[in-house]
Amino acid sequence: MLELKNVSFSADGKEILKNINLVIEDEKFVVMTGPNGGGKSTLAKIIAGIQKPVSGQILLDGQDITDWSITKRANSGISFAFQQPVRFKGVTVKDLITLASGKALSTAAACEYLSEVGLCAKDYIDREINGSLSGGELKRIEIATVMARKTKLTLFDEPEAGIDLWSFKNLIDVFEKMHGEIKGSILIISHQERILDIADQVVVISGGEVSKVGTKEEVLPGLFGVDLGCKYFKGVSYHVE
Amino acid sequence: MLSDIIKNLLAEVAGIQNIPTAGAFNIRSNGKSAGRNSTETIQIIPKEDGSGIDIIVKPGTKNESVHIPALVTETDLHDVVYNDFHIGEGADVTIVAGCGIHNCGSGISQHDGIHRFFVGKNAKIKYIEKHIGEGDGDGQNIINPQTHIIAEENSYVEMDTVQLKGVDSTKRISSAKLAEGATVVIKEKIMTHGSQYAETSFDVDLDGAGSSAKLISRSVARDNSRQLFRSKLSGNNACYGHSECDAIIMDQGIVAAEPEIIANNVDASLIHEAAIGKIAGEQLTKLMTLGLTEKEAEAQIINGFLK
Repeated sequence: MLELKNVSFSADGKEILKNINLVIEDEKFVVMTGPNGGGKSTLAKIIAGIQKPVSGQILLDGQDITDWSITKRANSGISFAFQQPVRFKGVTVKDLITLASGKALSTAAACEYLSEVGLCAKDYIDREINGSLSGGELKRIEIATVMARKTKLTLFDEPEAGIDLWSFKNLIDVFEKMHGEIKGSILIISHQERILDIADQVVVISGGEVSKVGTKEEVLPGLFGVDLGCKYFKGVSYHVE
Repeated sequence: MLSDIIKNLLAEVAGIQNIPTAGAFNIRSNGKSAGRNSTETIQIIPKEDGSGIDIIVKPGTKNESVHIPALVTETDLHDVVYNDFHIGEGADVTIVAGCGIHNCGSGISQHDGIHRFFVGKNAKIKYIEKHIGEGDGDGQNIINPQTHIIAEENSYVEMDTVQLKGVDSTKRISSAKLAEGATVVIKEKIMTHGSQYAETSFDVDLDGAGSSAKLISRSVARDNSRQLFRSKLSGNNACYGHSECDAIIMDQGIVAAEPEIIANNVDASLIHEAAIGKIAGEQLTKLMTLGLTEKEAEAQIINGFLK
């Protein structure tokens, strides 16, 4: 269980997060949504240890991890799929999936993760994670990488962004399968209604605060009263075949 | 009988443990031949003036290799060798060269290997060159290789050159002249430490129509080491040339890149890309989110970059 207690964050004199209190229960599928600039990505980075809160506490299974490094948190069961995946010259897809899994992986085993995200494994497994890959390909490799970690808490920052050539339904399937198999908690930052549809819990972050928490049915009607920006509405109108 | 030091160097630079029992090879140790063998298709002939060897590959020779490592284990030794490769038409061979220095003294151990390649029509070669230096002495290890390539019509030359440790100073000079349809691909990987200095110079003339060249240099400069990368691509016909210099700087390392591309023909297409900088913070962060420490992440990034 992850618990945030009065977490606040400021940068350049601007208050980004204000006294965030939030609990992510074990095995829950939680979607964090809200307007752009509301502090969602910052909150995910704070959970992963990439940003340090100016005040407040983060507890993982009751243990205070507020001062833990990124590495220690990762090794304690937190994974983070970046919104904008990082490129590495010379590091191959197989290298990254192997590092993520934390053990030597056969090519066949690494390929399975790629197949899960709709990439033809033999075409990608030895590719370098460099500028020759499109944003959508990088995004799917990023998802495959965190899948390989099989941790008790996985954070996804807008996983749907850039998933251009792949069916959106497949992305949903990946999350559902991952949730079922790993039995961990998943926290996804998303604007997409299809992802909100499968959430156990929806958290709305707006203006640096938790403005609402509940089931989709409880939260969604109120969402339209919040200025979510065009991204959200685009998501709502997204038609899945 | 080879000493353990020589055997270790051989393994490092040429991937062989001892004097081979078959195949074409020439092992040069402290300026003298320590073993040589020719085959029916690859002849190795010492030059009359003793300055080096001629390696003659018969036309049409396929899937064969030749090893010509040079080793220096004496201090205060300056070894200079001139080796010429004559690759017959339509041959397809792998050449493994390279130099290893083990200097336990206080003098300079230096090897200058000047290699010329005359690559016949439709021939294909892969040239692998690895340079290392080691030894407990405070004497300098210096390796100054030169590679000069004449590539005839539709020939293909791939050169992989690696220097990752122990060479205090190096000046690496490579040139190529390409005829119609010829291709040269040069991949260089360098890492410098301490106060080492590495200088690379490529000079490629794309003379023939349809010729192409690709120069890829990846380097890491650590501690107080310095590197200079120079490349000159001259497009003298309808051709394609691409040079790329990527460098990671760490600590107080310094890297300079001086690329030059000259289009002497309106149909010449030439590109140069250069990027020098420290390891991106987001790369370290990403690998740390996978459970690596910062040091492990740094090592992983460098290993991948120079792989």
